[in-house]
Amino acid sequence: MRVPILKQGNYLIASIQSALSDYELLQLRDDLAAQVGRFRSKGVIVDVTVLDIMDSFAVRTLRAIAQIARMRGSETVIVGIQPEVAFAMVQLGLALGEVETALDLEEGLALLELRTKQGGSRDSQS
Amino acid sequence: MDGKKRERETRTKNQDPEKRESSYESLTGPVIPESTAALLRELVSHLRENRTQLREEWARRITESQLLLAMTKEEIFKEATAVYDNYIAVLETGSVEALEAYARDLSERIIPRGVETREVLGIVLLLRDVLARSLFKKYQADFALLNRVLDAYEPAANRIANTVGVGFVQERERIIRQQQEAIRELSTPVLQVRERLLILPIIGVIDPQRARQLTEQLLRGIRANRAKVVVIDITGVPAVDSMVANHLVQTVDASRLMGATVIVTGLSSEIAQTLVTIGVDLTKMKTVGDLQGGIEEAERLLGYKVNMVTQSTDQIAAAK
Amino acid sequence: MTAKAEIHIPINSDSDIVTARQQGRALAQEMGFNGSDLTVISTAISEIARNIVEHAKSGEIILNAVNSPGTVNSPGKIGLVVIARDKGPGIADIALAMQDGYSTGKGLGVGLPGSRRLMDEFEITSAPGIGTTVTMKKWKR
Repeated sequence: MRVPILKQGNYLIASIQSALSDYELLQLRDDLAAQVGRFRSKGVIVDVTVLDIMDSFAVRTLRAIAQIARMRGSETVIVGIQPEVAFAMVQLGLALGEVETALDLEEGLALLELRTKQGGSRDSQS
Repeated sequence: MDGKKRERETRTKNQDPEKRESSYESLTGPVIPESTAALLRELVSHLRENRTQLREEWARRITESQLLLAMTKEEIFKEATAVYDNYIAVLETGSVEALEAYARDLSERIIPRGVETREVLGIVLLLRDVLARSLFKKYQADFALLNRVLDAYEPAANRIANTVGVGFVQERERIIRQQQEAIRELSTPVLQVRERLLILPIIGVIDPQRARQLTEQLLRGIRANRAKVVVIDITGVPAVDSMVANHLVQTVDASRLMGATVIVTGLSSEIAQTLVTIGVDLTKMKTVGDLQGGIEEAERLLGYKVNMVTQSTDQIAAAK
Repeated sequence: MTAKAEIHIPINSDSDIVTARQQGRALAQEMGFNGSDLTVISTAISEIARNIVEHAKSGEIILNAVNSPGTVNSPGKIGLVVIARDKGPGIADIALAMQDGYSTGKGLGVGLPGSRRLMDEFEITSAPGIGTTVTMKKWKR
C-alpha cells in the first residue's frame, strides 16, 4: 500500500497507515523526494505512530529521506515513535543521527515552524 | 531394657569382629547399613522414652542462650516439640521430606518476627548437643558402644541440621527476592513537576533489570505526559560503572527518539572522572551539576520552546 | 506450549520479512510476552530475516515455543526460539560479522550484533558455500 502524502502549506505530511515492506519504504522515499521538489516544500513530517517496529532498514530509509529533503532545502521531522519501539531501537543500536524527532504530529509541526524560522535564508529560494 | 540393648550389641560384636573397626573409620568409609539401622532404631526408642525430659532440657537451653527472644516460652516449647518429633521421624524413616516442609512452614512464621539465621542454626545445634549429651550419659559405661551409636547418630543429625538451616535460608532468600521486586516497583517514580517536564530521581544501585524498568517507565511517562524535557537525577546512585553509563546513554537516546530532551544531574566529579578513565563518552549527553540547576535549565528550554510554539500556532492559523 | 507445531515461514522476498516478524509477534503475544518484549522480538526477527534476503536471497524462519524445566532452586521458564536458516554464501569470518558497524550489504551493520543484544541467547553457525543458521531465544520474564 502506498503511503498517502498530504500537502499542508509549506509542509508535506506522510502518514504511514500500516506495516511497510522494504519496497514500500523505498517507494515512500522516492515519492517524498519527488514531491519536495515539485511543491518546493520547506518541511517534511513522517508520522510513524502505527509502526510497531523500526528495524535497521526503516531507520536507514528515514535517514535517506531526511538527507534527500535537506539537499532540496527541506527539513524532516519523524513523529510518533512509540515507547517500545524507541526502546528496541536503542538496544539494537540504531539512532536517527541528525534527523529531528517529535512526540506527535502537533509537536512535529511546531518544531518545523521553529526550524524553518531559524533557517530564514531558505525562504528567499521559495 | 538395658540388658536387651547390651544383648543386641554383643550379638553385633559376635557377628563381625571387624565391624567396630569399620565404624571407627566411618568418616572415610561407608557405615555398614544393618548395624547403623539397628543403632538408629535404638536411638529412636531412646528419644521417644525421654521425650518429655529432653524437650524441656532443650527449651531451657534455648532460653538460657538467649535465642528466639522474639518468641514466648510457650511458643518455643511448642515449636521445640514439633522439631523434636520431626527429628525422631527423620531418624526413623531416613526421609527428610516432612522435616523440610515443616522447616519451610516454621521459617515462614518466624521470619516476619525477626528471627535470624544464627538463631535457627543455634537452636538446631543445641538440640544436637542436648541429644549427644544424653547419649554420653546413657552409654558412658560402654565406650565402644557409645562410639558406634555416635557414628550412626552424627550423619543423621548433621543432615537434619542441614535441612532446617537450608530451609530457613531459602525461605529468607525467597522473601528478600520478593521484597526486592516490590522495592523496584516503588523506586522508579516518574514525576511531573510542571507541564511537559518530568523528573526521574534514581536512588540506589542500578542493575540491568532495574535499568530496563526505569527506561520503560520513563518512555511511557514521556508519552502519557507529553513531556518535552526530562531531568534524570543520579545523585542517589552510589556507583556508576560503564554498564550504568551505557544504560543512561540508551535512555537518553530513546527519549530523544520520542522527541524529549534529557538532562542528567547529580554526576559527581569522582564519577565523572571514573567515566572518563574507563572511556565512557558522555559528551552527547546534556549534564548539569545538581537537580536545581537541571530544573532551571529544563525550564529555560521549555520557556524558549513555549514562546516559539505560540508563534508557530499563530502562523499555522494565518496559513489556513 | 511445546505441543504446538513449529511455524515455518519461507523467506524469499522483502515482503516475507514483514510476515515473519508479524507471526513472531503473534506467537510471542500468545505466549504472554509483554509489550516491549514483543517489539524487541519482532525487531530481531526482522533483522535476521533481512539478512537472509540480502545475503542468501532465500531461506526460512522457524518459530517455536520451548519449555525449560525448572530445577530445585529455580522455577521453569518458557521461551521463544527463532531459527533463521539459509543456503547462501555463508559467512567466512563470524567474529567480524558480529562486530557493530560491519556490513557487506547495504545495511547499517547492526543486524547481527544488534539482534544478539535484543535477545537473551544468540548462536550463529556458518560455512562458506553451505549456508548460515542463526538461533536466538528470548525467555519470558
